[in-house]
Amino acid sequence: MELLEYTALELGGLIQKGEVTPTQAARAALDRVAAEQDRNNAFIICLDEEQVLAQANHVEKRLAAGERLSPLAGVPMALKDNICTKGVPTTCASRILGDFTPPYDATAAERLKAAGGVLLGKLNMDEFAMGSTSETSYYGPTRNPWDLDRVPGGSSGGSAAAVAAGECWYAVGSDTGGSIRQPASYCGVTGLKPTYGAVSRYGLVAYASSLDQMGPLARSAADCAAVLELMAGKDRRDGTSLDAGWDGLTAGLNGDLRGLRVGLPADCFGDGLDGEVRSAVLSAAEVLKDRGAVVETFSFPMMKYVVPAYYIIAAAEASSNLSRFDGVKYGWRAEGYEGLTDLYEATRTQGFGAEVKRRILLGTFVLSAGYYDAYYKKALQVKALIKGAYDRAFEYYDLLLTPVAPTTAPRLGDSLGDPLRMYLSDIYTVPLNLAGLPGLSMPCGFDRKGLPIGAQLIGPALGEAKVLGAAHAFQLDTDYHRQSPTGKEASVQ
Amino acid sequence: MIWETVIGLETHVELSTKTKIFCACTTEFGGAPNTHCCPVCMGMPGALPVLNEKVVEYAVKAGLALGCDITRSSKFDRKNYFYPDLPKAYQISQLYLPIARNGAVSISLEGGGCKTIRIHELHMEEDAGKLVHDPWLDQTRCDYNRCGVPLIEIVTEPDFRSGEEVIAYLEKLRSVLQYLGVSDCKMQEGSLRCDVNLSVRPVGSAELGTRTEMKNLNSFKAIARSIEYEAKRQIELLEEGGRVVQETRRWDENKDATFAMRSKENAQDYRYFPEPDLLPLEIGEDDLERLRREQPELAEARMARYQADWGLPVYDTQMLTSQKALAEFFESVVALGAPPKQAANWIMGEVLRRLSADGLEAGDMALTPGTLARLIELVQTGTLNRNTAVRVFDAVFSDDGDVDAYVKAHGLEQVADAGLVGGAVERVLAANAKSVQDFRAGKEKAFGFLVGQVMRELKGQASPQVVHQTLREKLEQL
Repeated sequence: MELLEYTALELGGLIQKGEVTPTQAARAALDRVAAEQDRNNAFIICLDEEQVLAQANHVEKRLAAGERLSPLAGVPMALKDNICTKGVPTTCASRILGDFTPPYDATAAERLKAAGGVLLGKLNMDEFAMGSTSETSYYGPTRNPWDLDRVPGGSSGGSAAAVAAGECWYAVGSDTGGSIRQPASYCGVTGLKPTYGAVSRYGLVAYASSLDQMGPLARSAADCAAVLELMAGKDRRDGTSLDAGWDGLTAGLNGDLRGLRVGLPADCFGDGLDGEVRSAVLSAAEVLKDRGAVVETFSFPMMKYVVPAYYIIAAAEASSNLSRFDGVKYGWRAEGYEGLTDLYEATRTQGFGAEVKRRILLGTFVLSAGYYDAYYKKALQVKALIKGAYDRAFEYYDLLLTPVAPTTAPRLGDSLGDPLRMYLSDIYTVPLNLAGLPGLSMPCGFDRKGLPIGAQLIGPALGEAKVLGAAHAFQLDTDYHRQSPTGKEASVQ
Repeated sequence: MIWETVIGLETHVELSTKTKIFCACTTEFGGAPNTHCCPVCMGMPGALPVLNEKVVEYAVKAGLALGCDITRSSKFDRKNYFYPDLPKAYQISQLYLPIARNGAVSISLEGGGCKTIRIHELHMEEDAGKLVHDPWLDQTRCDYNRCGVPLIEIVTEPDFRSGEEVIAYLEKLRSVLQYLGVSDCKMQEGSLRCDVNLSVRPVGSAELGTRTEMKNLNSFKAIARSIEYEAKRQIELLEEGGRVVQETRRWDENKDATFAMRSKENAQDYRYFPEPDLLPLEIGEDDLERLRREQPELAEARMARYQADWGLPVYDTQMLTSQKALAEFFESVVALGAPPKQAANWIMGEVLRRLSADGLEAGDMALTPGTLARLIELVQTGTLNRNTAVRVFDAVFSDDGDVDAYVKAHGLEQVADAGLVGGAVERVLAANAKSVQDFRAGKEKAFGFLVGQVMRELKGQASPQVVHQTLREKLEQL
């Protein structure tokens, strides 16, 4: 079996046993990136060979010295380019941060580095994580490894594409309204958006602070659990980070679903959902049932409010968060301005792309005097209602199962012309961000065109163990997650 | 028509916590530009604020001392605007749920009597940086050292009717905050700044006139004069049949006048919304109770105590408590055994004289209570007379010198030796027969002259009591 076909935990295990060296793993990844980058443009920044091999060598020495790093020590990985990396550019796929190199690491990046992670580079995305296709990147769109004419989803499209194309064993993305789960679904990989606060946001360039959360994209639920264990936990630099225990998450995956109560919200299987996606998700429910889960359909009548509420809150926070990019302190500055106002205007007009400007304008509008109560305040009330509806659902169910996206990956260029339709396709993923809940996207089939389909498992706050447990059990009985776009089917474990 | 001036005040006070409100950078004043900064206070991408609990504690203390209700569940909001001194392009402040509300402060009026000024609210926020214009290069540079220095903004109701009332309130506020130890309130360093909202109306009218706001006044003098100017300007405008425009005005110190900056129509829309990076702030009953218990004794309570315990006159107690450091100095001197009235006299006389002459604040003085207490003791025991003691005081003041060593080195001990004094008296009596005669003829003035001669004979170092006594005895024996 080729190195690239292992999961991250399998490769980590071989490294621990000394059967594979971190340098060998790094070389395999470098070769694959070199072969794929021109095809799928998954990376914005590829570190050069020396930089990668130096890290691998360093991990090798630490392991040789007997350091117990982590089960993923020496496993090559990559980070979405909105996660700050000390000394490595962090562009957010924007022109305005084109020359920005942070003097600090995001907490998650720092923790992965300490655990022996080997960074290959920074992954493409929609500009400032605003988009569902990874086409709004200033550095060109990423393409879906399953069909290069199709989008990989977004905004963490580079992360999902890189894992699907075997360029890295895991990636870290960010999810504000589905940005980990939807590309994971389009690219046939497993992606987890943890509970809000599970992973410190320090060093994640903010899009919508109350909704943003970092999480792993990998080849299996077990890999996601292993990455989350390394990244999660209280951080004194993020006041909203949670103090919860994460140890033993991976070890606790036992495949036992007996008695687990799984709810299917009927409102997530109605109009607008592609028929092939519906049947793939419903057959995933059957797999869970076969493992002893009790699956029921129930009514969840909140769905029509979630997209408007999400876009109001996200745009409002974005309009404030992105104001700091003004050409004064760091990043790109327009040339030929006259005075301060012109400096701001020219820099922001030329520095941001159309979708980012659209959301800044929308957010500025909903926070304006006279409109705050009508839009922003109402959206916060909807948010509270949605959270309440989930709380009630989780009084009865352990987990919920829904589709991730209404369709499989669209063609490049099909979505941006109709932003409203694109926004509406976020319907199954955004409510979790509004409620702060964990959600996981797992491959559950393919459509007639051979494109991957994802199913979403939703858990109560801090219910990651249940979500990952169910996904792991599902993956013990299925091999969708081990399919690869190169056409070769990897062996089922 | 007789006009009445109506004023409300917004005062920004820098808190004297060691570190900034949302990061661990120092709050120290000065420092080379951009050396007291980190990714958080410079608004770098991905950096997040973390609330300094000390700031909350200081704000609650101030709120309690100003008689406010403390908001048990408070939160922060973002105030959005673009300006190069604000690196995030928003200021983290409190709009919807300020930490303290509904307070009251009592001020003493010039002609006697008291007045209550109501406090609308007190909230926490972060300071902005400073822009420094370089006229030589025609460049504006940003210094972010001050970004994130904690501020409280204290907003009053429109309860002032004159500049004097405003100054009395600010002096009271400064005293309270200094006694609490939450701010040094140094106006020259910008740690206390005022915005004045002012309108005029005919006396007896219940409605408020249209107001203007004067921003960032940074001395009591500027505040008093800008109020005087602006009230006059508005009255003249109205008497000429004009209208006051609601606007922000800038006080120009050099021209002694206010100038329009921006009108309400052009006022910024700050698009406030709840700060998502900080959790709501809950203040527990236990913490609140502890802070209540820990509230220090403020100036008024000390004045009352000095009057009751030590019988000091009201005037003395006012002077001694005018600065917290002075009051503490006084109490330490008394604790070391000095009689309270003596200690008070020395502080109100010599200490304040030297502080003023040397341009020092009481808190910056080198002189320690032990040194002054020893000096007072030497006068009490007759080793030094008062005039010599003042000489010694001046010599040791600036470096807290050793009083005993100085007295010894300069041979300043008083002559109380009966033999020495007796000899001098005899020499003086022999040399001044005329004055002796006058004294015996009942002229008391002659006695004073003879005392002076004896003191001169002893180079001023004699104990006056001993001289008096010896002279009387000798004269009676003649």
